[in-house]
Amino acid sequence: MKIVIIGDGKVGYKLAVQLSEENYDIVLIDQNEGKLKDALNKMDIFCIPGNGADAEIQKQADVPHADLVIACASADEMNMLCCLLARRLGAKHTIARVRNPIYYRQMELLKEDLRLSLTVNPEFAAANEISRILLFPEANKVETFMKGRVELVEYPVDENNPLAGLSLAEIYRKFQIKFLVCAVKRGHDIFIPDGAFVLNTGDRLHIAAAHHNLKSFFKSLGRKNSKVKKVIICGGGHVCYYLAKQLLQVGMQVKIIERNEQRCEELCELLPKATIINGNATDQELLMEEGLADAHAFVALTGMDEENIIISLFAKTQNVPKIIAKVNQDTRAQMVEGMGIDSIVSAKSAAADEILGYVRARMNSYSSADVETMYRLLNGRVEALEFIIKKECEYTNIPLKNLRTKKNHLIACIGRKREIIIPNGDSHLEVGDSVIIVTKENIVSNFRDILA
Amino acid sequence: MNTKMIRYILGKMLGAEALLLMLPALVGAIYGEHEGISFLIPAMMLVCIYFFTGRKKPEKTTIYGKDGMVIVALAWLLWSVFGALPFVISREIPDYIDALFETVSGFTTTGSSILTDVEALSKCMLFWRSFTHWVGGMGVLVFVLMLTSLDKNSSMYLMTAEVPGPEKEKLAPKMMSTARILYGIYFGMTILQTILLLFGGMNLFDSLLHAFGTAGTGGFSNYAASVGHFDSAYIDVVVSVFMILFGINFSLFYMLLLREFKGVWKNEELRAYLLIITVSTLLIAMNISGQFASPLKAFRYALFQVASIITTTGYATADFVQWPMFSKCILLLLMVTGACASSTGGGIKVSRVLIILKTIKREIKQMTHPKSVSIIRVNGKKMGTDVIRRVCAYLMAYAVVAIGSILLVSIDNKDFATTFSSVMATLNNIGPGIGAVGPAGNFAEFSVFSKLIFCIDMLAGRLELFPFLMLITLPVWKKQF
Repeated sequence: MKIVIIGDGKVGYKLAVQLSEENYDIVLIDQNEGKLKDALNKMDIFCIPGNGADAEIQKQADVPHADLVIACASADEMNMLCCLLARRLGAKHTIARVRNPIYYRQMELLKEDLRLSLTVNPEFAAANEISRILLFPEANKVETFMKGRVELVEYPVDENNPLAGLSLAEIYRKFQIKFLVCAVKRGHDIFIPDGAFVLNTGDRLHIAAAHHNLKSFFKSLGRKNSKVKKVIICGGGHVCYYLAKQLLQVGMQVKIIERNEQRCEELCELLPKATIINGNATDQELLMEEGLADAHAFVALTGMDEENIIISLFAKTQNVPKIIAKVNQDTRAQMVEGMGIDSIVSAKSAAADEILGYVRARMNSYSSADVETMYRLLNGRVEALEFIIKKECEYTNIPLKNLRTKKNHLIACIGRKREIIIPNGDSHLEVGDSVIIVTKENIVSNFRDILA
Repeated sequence: MNTKMIRYILGKMLGAEALLLMLPALVGAIYGEHEGISFLIPAMMLVCIYFFTGRKKPEKTTIYGKDGMVIVALAWLLWSVFGALPFVISREIPDYIDALFETVSGFTTTGSSILTDVEALSKCMLFWRSFTHWVGGMGVLVFVLMLTSLDKNSSMYLMTAEVPGPEKEKLAPKMMSTARILYGIYFGMTILQTILLLFGGMNLFDSLLHAFGTAGTGGFSNYAASVGHFDSAYIDVVVSVFMILFGINFSLFYMLLLREFKGVWKNEELRAYLLIITVSTLLIAMNISGQFASPLKAFRYALFQVASIITTTGYATADFVQWPMFSKCILLLLMVTGACASSTGGGIKVSRVLIILKTIKREIKQMTHPKSVSIIRVNGKKMGTDVIRRVCAYLMAYAVVAIGSILLVSIDNKDFATTFSSVMATLNNIGPGIGAVGPAGNFAEFSVFSKLIFCIDMLAGRLELFPFLMLITLPVWKKQF
């Protein structure tokens, strides 16, 4: 599959890295030759210097025969124009990054005329990710599958956790709640566990379950004041706006600390229910005065990674139950993971993940495999894929215990009509089921790939 | 909000009130009155409360602006609630609401009374009534701050909420020394006045009580005819002069002590204050000269009444209800204007009026020269936009509270002059109004509901509205994160 990426910015670069690793043919267009040279040295791709909105340059990049054009240059208008041009030249699909809230809001009106397959708003994606986490504060990360019916959460086994020391089989017996541990991260190792796997303190579990089951599971773990009602957000950028809007809608109380007075006034206008504080979020006195100690969640969204990390660590010392920091640079994000900040998000990764999910699904529909959606967990070391079984074949209608699968692959969940099945050995697959597979190897593109 | 710290400071405050209650008990003992015992019972209660809440300092001692506001509002409320008990226990004011009204009127230095016969009260009760003026004048928290350091770093929040005026300033780097300087000046001037009154032929008890009433700009007297009882030109002049002095910003006295005469003389607020007093006195003297034998006598009564009303004291030597309408209206305007900032007087304060007038002037200038840039100066210093904003907001809140109170008090169906001036007299901490609540009248006629409204008005007026408005609406703020 041929993909042209226009714009070698944060999102563009990350996409290029991921997709080239997955053996797609990538052409990268950017005006900055130095940056392109850098990219060329690090990845196995093709680079063209020039303006992405120039038809000649697009022709050079072979856009007329491309399967997908992803426009993620810095200007929204440029992205939309690039996509429009690419479609005229014959590209099959286009994705545009549209960041301006006004453009994004009216995208439904324009999408058809611009013939876009997908528009991605990095800030909106990041805000979605954060609000999902805040709705499930016990979890570090929350993904949804099967159109939101199944949730996949990252859950840390901290000290004094009743799960520590138990094997998975014991846990399933004890709780009698339908859920499945798909993957466990212990230190730097990742396991796809079986029933005999014993959990330790410090493990990070990835659990798949239906929403209400997950709720009752967390409830039976007996964690108190788990519901987030008061949220402090530092930094009043776009992510903050989208996030606050969502949180206010579900009835949370939101306090926003922003240092630019003019932006504060804008936020007051946009979010009449939120409390807007004009001040420097790195001022610890201010945070204390504004009731940091009473907050249920703290979200650091200022423009600087370092600042976000520092103020999150301060919030940690005040025992705020849930702390989320925006950290854009991947290496920094990995470094911070062990420092006690619960969740790390970045607009770049959120946008890249959304696009990657789309690309893989598209890819699979080309190669007649049937992946619906796909998520990467634990920095891409584990994938969760959703398949739809379209016709009768050798693996349908037989109990799963008779189905020999490869090591490190797991059938996590089966969706049958409106029902969610967390499978055991006696479950079986039927035509029309959607199945979630968790795998450590990134080569699965067809359900058959997991069979031994 | 740091509830533990609030409880701790309030516990300490109530402990301090227990100490204060010992003084009238002592007076009772001197005069051999058995009513003195009724001070010991509330004092015991307060000591118990102190031992339960005010002894152990909580671990987290930081408080912020809103905690400070709540502490101040609650401290005033609780002091009044407990300070009213002796009146009830001794059966001298049998009804608790009446006693509460009297005590609130005392602490807030209002001087309105529900007593129909003041002179029937025992000496220790009279002493307590006037002593509340003296303590309330400078502020109960500042009083306790002077004695003990409540909390080193956040006491500014407490003072900000209590000391009147648009801008608060410290006189010394340490809060405790600032409180001591203020009380030193206050104490010295009270003693000076007592001595001067003694020369005028008053006995020690009378002169002390009247000095307390003047110093706190309160206005309780132990005679039904107030200062008019003595009918002496000397006493009238001494009280007038001291009323005017206590209505001046106290930091100016400190500047005098530091020999910075120029700064005092150049002070705009002081000049405006003295100008208002002079002009009003002259106008009233001319207006009422027909009622008195000589112009000089008319001037003496006019000056006393003007000084009494503008400083919101509320002493009287003449029943100004009988004066012509023009004089009454001037006095009503003076009620609203009030004394200087950082004095013991109430009302809107002269400095606020100055800022408002200058804002109006600027607005007119802005209309003639739409692109002009101008700033508002007071004492040569630029007033920041937030000071002006707060002054405007204060004025709005003042109007809202006044109108709301007038509406609620009007349920009692008194005539308009009485309804209007009773609210003005309590909200501005003056004492007498016009109509039925004039210098010769009192507040006994009002219903219990109206008396409670007056209590709220007095406390709100003394604390310059916002701390009390915040306390009343606290559930709302607590719910909001």
